[in-house]
Amino acid sequence: MLELSPADWQAIDVTLRLCLYTTLILLVIATPIAWWLSNGRSAARVAVQAIVALPLVLPPTVLGFYMLIVLGPRGVVGGSLESLGLHHLAFSFEGILIASVLYSMPFAVQPLTEAFGNLGRRPAEVASSLGAGLIDRFVTVILPLTKGGFVVAATLTFAHTLGEFGVILMLGGSIPGETKVLSVLIYDYAEAMNYEAAHRLSLMLLVFAFFILFVVYSLTRRIEVAKV
Amino acid sequence: MTLAIKASLQRGDFTLKIDIDLPLGGVTMLFGRSGCGKTTLLRITAGLEKVRDAEVRFGDQIWQKGRCFVPLHRRRIGLVFQEQSLLPHLSARGNLLYGYQRTPESLRRLHLDEVTDMLGIGNLLSRPIDQLSGGERQRVSIGRALLTSPQLLLLDEPLSALDTQSKREIMPFLSRLAKASGIPVVVVTHAPDEVERLADRVVFMRDGRITAVEPLREALARPDSPLFADEGAVCVLEGSVLPVRDDGLARFGNERIQFLIQSDRALRGTPTRLRIHANDVAIARHPVEAISVMNQLPVTIERIDTFRPGRVLVTGKLLDGQMLTAEITEHSRRKLRLDIGQPVHALIKSVALLD
Repeated sequence: MLELSPADWQAIDVTLRLCLYTTLILLVIATPIAWWLSNGRSAARVAVQAIVALPLVLPPTVLGFYMLIVLGPRGVVGGSLESLGLHHLAFSFEGILIASVLYSMPFAVQPLTEAFGNLGRRPAEVASSLGAGLIDRFVTVILPLTKGGFVVAATLTFAHTLGEFGVILMLGGSIPGETKVLSVLIYDYAEAMNYEAAHRLSLMLLVFAFFILFVVYSLTRRIEVAKV
Repeated sequence: MTLAIKASLQRGDFTLKIDIDLPLGGVTMLFGRSGCGKTTLLRITAGLEKVRDAEVRFGDQIWQKGRCFVPLHRRRIGLVFQEQSLLPHLSARGNLLYGYQRTPESLRRLHLDEVTDMLGIGNLLSRPIDQLSGGERQRVSIGRALLTSPQLLLLDEPLSALDTQSKREIMPFLSRLAKASGIPVVVVTHAPDEVERLADRVVFMRDGRITAVEPLREALARPDSPLFADEGAVCVLEGSVLPVRDDGLARFGNERIQFLIQSDRALRGTPTRLRIHANDVAIARHPVEAISVMNQLPVTIERIDTFRPGRVLVTGKLLDGQMLTAEITEHSRRKLRLDIGQPVHALIKSVALLD
């Protein structure tokens, strides 16, 4: 049952790289966005909050479609890259990485916004009054006090990227070693009536996803208990 | 040293309009009701509230003007907040040293041992902060701020979240702070007793504006002082506690005037101020014998002000030049035919050492 083919391994490799890079990039991008969002309410904040949450409600095909248009050879981004002598981003690993970052954004921003909101501004103000600059404050005060939020954000982002399908299919197609991730490979297997191979990978993803969510929920519980 | 602030701010119903050159030195108390803008003023000074077009200058350093804005971590201000604000992931020692380690060696004037001695927190250093009492936490906060060797200390209602016992624990440290460290201290408060205990100078605020800046003596010398709004008129006398004599009583005062005090109350700490409610002072034309009141002092009437309907404040000068205030009825004043310049005797029913 657990004998994986070279194509399976290739898809696992692409998938894990995609998840890892997406998570790392999103932690860097989402931290300042979440910090700003947690700093009270204003029209601009509500708008950004809504934009960040869009991938939660939009069909993945919509996002994938727009990405294809923007990143493709005639799009704003893809076209400029082409004119600089570079390659456009549709049907490439970099392309689906950008799409993943946007698509998984709410799963990084929301836990961090909540963690920063619960923390409040006081610890940062205290650190500032004690002579700590921006980076220093973040590393020595905010990060240690919100590490639970970061763990949750990272795990959810990773797990959600693992489950991506529609966006990748729209933008990346199904190029082995480049854009063919596990979910796409499973789809291919099922279409080709290779149910045994599809079953093997599906079960693996199911168990893995359960494991990740189990870890996240036990962590959030621990954090809530610690707060009391 | 002067702190110059120019700022105006409109936020909903609240308007703040400040334009002031505040001489600093010793303890300056920022007094006003809650919502009058005193905490906002403190936060503007610290750079935590970035108000457009505001100007903040400390001595010859420009902290904010036009595009120039020095962030808090470069202003070298010690901040103490109202509620406990120790960093929860650090021990008491970790909190105390957080700012110390970030202060350049050449600027460090206070060191861990001195500060822990001054605040009596040497035995708490290794404790996690959730095992400290409210008073202990606030002392660690003050120590933490001092260890950055700040050029200005800002305290935002540092006592209001504490119970009476913890307050009594901290007050002496606060009053010694400015003298011992030489750092100008600004304290935000809405409690008249804290002003009477600690202030050298009082800044009165109301509805987003500064209404007066006066030395404590002057702030207590006018019958319309905002300090009297809730608890009535008081006066504060300075002096020191003198040793207990054969009669079992201690004395407070100096070589010219002395108040008798029950010794068990006098021996705690080293109070330097005595508070007397004007209500507890009676006036007599001649010394009164055979009376239970322990303290009778000759005064010369300096002024008489109408205080509340039917009541007047009689302010008299004691032999050492300090002022004592009595609140009596208009009726008594007429009956005794009291007038300015007249020598009379003040009978003081109770005094409170501010420790």
